[in-house]
Amino acid sequence: MIWALLLIPAVAGLLCLVLRPNAPRRALLVLAALGHSAAVAWAWADADGRRSAAIGAWMAIDEASLVFLSITSLLFLAAAVYAVGYLARENREPQHNPEDGLPFENYSETVFTGCLLAFLATMSLVAVSRHLGLIWVAVEATTLVSAPLIYFHRHHRSLEATWKYLVICSVGIALALLGNFFLVVATRAGGGEPIPLLLQDLTAGAARLDHAWLKAAFLLLLVGYGTKMGLAPMHTWLPDAHSEAPSLVSALLSGALLNCAFLAILRVHGLMVSAGLGDFSRELLVLFGLLSMALASVFILNQADFKRMLAYSSVEHMGILALGIGIGGLAGYGSMLHAVNHSLTKGMLFLAAGNILAACRTKSTLAARDLLRRLPVSGLLWLVGFLAITGSPPFGPFLSELTILKGMLDAGNVAVAVGYLLALAVVFVGMASVVLQMLYAPVEAVELAGDAASHEAAPRVKGRAAEPQREPEPLWSIVPPLALAAAVLVLGLWVPAPLAEMLQRAAAVVGVN
Amino acid sequence: MLFWLDLVLVLLVLTNLRLLGSSRLASCIRTVAAQAVLLGVLPLVAHPHDVSLRVVALCLAGAAMKAGVLPWLLRRAVVSANVRSEVEPLVGFTTSLLLGIVLLGVAIHVAGQLPLPDDAGSPLLMPVALFTTVVGLFVIVSRVKAVMQALGYLAMENGVYAFGLAFAVHEPLLVEMGILLDVFVAVLVMGITIHHISREFEHIDTDRLSSLKD
Amino acid sequence: MAICAALLHVLLALVLAPLLLGIINRTKALVAGRRGQPLLQTYYDLAKLLCKGAVYSRTTTWVFRMGPVVALAGLLLVLPMIPLGGVPAVVAFQGDLLLVAYLLGVARFATVLAALDTGSSFEGMGASREVQFSALAEPALILGLAAMAVQAAQALQAQPLSLTAIYAAIRPETLPQAGPVLLLVAAALAAVFLAENARIPVDDPNTHLELTMIHEVMVLDHGGPDFALIQYTAALKLWVLGTLLVGVLVPVRSGWPLVDLLAGVLGLGILAVFTGLVESTLARLRLVRVPQFLVAASVLSILALFLVLR
Repeated sequence: MIWALLLIPAVAGLLCLVLRPNAPRRALLVLAALGHSAAVAWAWADADGRRSAAIGAWMAIDEASLVFLSITSLLFLAAAVYAVGYLARENREPQHNPEDGLPFENYSETVFTGCLLAFLATMSLVAVSRHLGLIWVAVEATTLVSAPLIYFHRHHRSLEATWKYLVICSVGIALALLGNFFLVVATRAGGGEPIPLLLQDLTAGAARLDHAWLKAAFLLLLVGYGTKMGLAPMHTWLPDAHSEAPSLVSALLSGALLNCAFLAILRVHGLMVSAGLGDFSRELLVLFGLLSMALASVFILNQADFKRMLAYSSVEHMGILALGIGIGGLAGYGSMLHAVNHSLTKGMLFLAAGNILAACRTKSTLAARDLLRRLPVSGLLWLVGFLAITGSPPFGPFLSELTILKGMLDAGNVAVAVGYLLALAVVFVGMASVVLQMLYAPVEAVELAGDAASHEAAPRVKGRAAEPQREPEPLWSIVPPLALAAAVLVLGLWVPAPLAEMLQRAAAVVGVN
Repeated sequence: MLFWLDLVLVLLVLTNLRLLGSSRLASCIRTVAAQAVLLGVLPLVAHPHDVSLRVVALCLAGAAMKAGVLPWLLRRAVVSANVRSEVEPLVGFTTSLLLGIVLLGVAIHVAGQLPLPDDAGSPLLMPVALFTTVVGLFVIVSRVKAVMQALGYLAMENGVYAFGLAFAVHEPLLVEMGILLDVFVAVLVMGITIHHISREFEHIDTDRLSSLKD
Repeated sequence: MAICAALLHVLLALVLAPLLLGIINRTKALVAGRRGQPLLQTYYDLAKLLCKGAVYSRTTTWVFRMGPVVALAGLLLVLPMIPLGGVPAVVAFQGDLLLVAYLLGVARFATVLAALDTGSSFEGMGASREVQFSALAEPALILGLAAMAVQAAQALQAQPLSLTAIYAAIRPETLPQAGPVLLLVAAALAAVFLAENARIPVDDPNTHLELTMIHEVMVLDHGGPDFALIQYTAALKLWVLGTLLVGVLVPVRSGWPLVDLLAGVLGLGILAVFTGLVESTLARLRLVRVPQFLVAASVLSILALFLVLR
């Protein structure tokens, strides 16, 4: 089962590299995504089978793995379906950089598809690893295979984003490696046999770990994986990469990759709890969580690029996740639920953003306007996504954010709760002013709002401004975000009992109670 | 054996200082390569009683990769980018050197705070590993050229690796190979990206990569 | 016995110091494929200069005439305080290393004042460079000696602050432990040696362009006996700083002072040959890079200090 999860995307990715014609390769992408989802479903069904470990006890699927695997797999399926339409469109039309109007080429589609599948394989590896060294290798691998994805559109802005992503994340990951080595020293500092970095062995021998080394190790691992997760102030790569990558890649980065890094942090946090240092790690998580929320909310205000706005919203939500874990108890469960909700919602939003970008040819919030008339379905999705991501009922994130709030109040952390609500309110206002204008303001407003928004795109939009005509919305690009939206809505109204139980257990597995 | 261990460690410190003080890309690349060779020797002198075939093979593989293949890759990137061979620091060389010695002091102080395991070998190990890591970080933030940032990343990785080797952190083979492979691919991808940057911008100065900001 | 060897060392220094310059020049000539001047050329020059009369510019004052004399006096005072490896100094007391450093400073100060006294812009420029570089070289020297002092204190379980005790503590059997520190200090001292004696890569003693000179340009206006004193002072300085370096690099401590003395003097000769080789193979640094070179030397000394203090 584990091997199926890893090998289906890996082999399919390799096949994609050699497959010349477009149609079978795109079919293979969707098939591999379906296969991966089937393997995840199998893991849900077969509780005994999923616990059986592979290569020693190095890989196994526990509840936390399963939760994050499911998110990744579902999101990847949506992105793969979306990719079929996306790649066909990219192939057909001449490409222009939305900011400066210069033409550019795409990176080879073969490599893109191959890396996309490899990305899925490495993320699955992060989820199923139970050895901290292997987790490190897998997280670093996700960085490397996703770099070409960001550089799919070959122009200077995406190149800049790719470089920043590579360097910042690699540095973060190198710090995480140092943290892993510190952990090894912590197992031996008391004198005595070193403990292998397997999660169960470490948890069993947690009492023996040296506290000074363990604290230093956690700090390094938190900063290292936190860079990858997008916690402020190590988040600087995130807005650039998310805004410049193709939208379906942004959806995967935001909904799946950040979660993988989060899972890595969770594993270490669980270890800290069993070593009796839970308070130390909780305080740090709360600190980074609040900082991320505050910083993101500031940058969301008056954001001129709607994909960057979504990226900062991801920083904010990663902050919420860290905060929830840091508070613990009910908030820990809320955090798990929120990971699911955020991924689905953010995936849907990025896919919708991709549709808007394709139709309006601009990422400027001043130029992409009147969306409800020009793109009824994507516009509606954009509205729904906005409501969901800012935590409005009746969508999933509302429920999970409320659970986290209740956890805070139960724990008596009123000050943290106030900061949390304040950041949420600022984000709501900031996103509302941007999103509502995009949806309802007529395009003519562009002329009044100043042409600072774009040099090249504005006149083109102006030309169409007289009568906002309805743009075509192909099924390929509508069905995946619609499906995700439906899931978010359902989760807001009713959390299925097996899922709730699984989330509870996942929270328990990583030491959040 | 302590003499040789200390000697290797001191040489490691010197390579770091040279990385900070050198003004030529080529000599920086050579310095990082020399660092990798020293790293290859380190476990042999740190744990002379603990030398197995596996350790030797790993050291050889690591040294060959970091001292041979990666410098070659970066040198090719420099040549193909056709850039001037000066480092172009944001922080001057003399200031960098003095900062370096301050960082070394800090590293020694920090290392003094943590209890060392019994078989740590030399009390210098930990500070030197930390120092190398921090110098790599400093090079990444204080140098303009993309190649220098790749080199800084390598130096940082070297520092982390020195720590692992020094404390005989016996990761299972799979993990060690994974780490090596990841570093290799990371630098490979960076090299390719540098190539693209030089083609797109006709320079590899990352301080001019500044169109994305808020 | 030891005191005899010490006195003999001072005597040898006074006699043989100009020979070192001859060896350096000869080595450079051989490497360049020339026969070169005789080994004793410096002596001939000194004799010739001493026979000449001096010419003094009307703009100069007594400061100008005092310069060479004070410089030589400084060096002559330093000489009895310098041990050559295992050979003790004639005078040794706690803290003499600071006195040595500052007597060298006094000598330099006198030369600089004399240069400024001429009122020539070239000499002023040279003086400013000399002061700048020696200000950077001094930390390297003092911190390097301090590192060795701490090292010796750890080895001897005492607080030796005299050069003799510090150099006596360097023994072949302590090398495995102290080796890295001593190598670092030696590298720093070597940089100081080259810089203070106006050697390549810091300064070029053979240059003929005033703009690029440092040390030579300061003494352009001196002639006759004054210039002879300056040349002789330079030779003694080469010997003194060379002695500090050789004391580290040649750890011969046989217990027989005469053997040690012989080893030390031989070491100085070899050092001179090496200096010639360095001068032949290295290019001179650009002036803006010289401070970096000297700061690097200081950094090495600080590193050595860190190593012994950790």
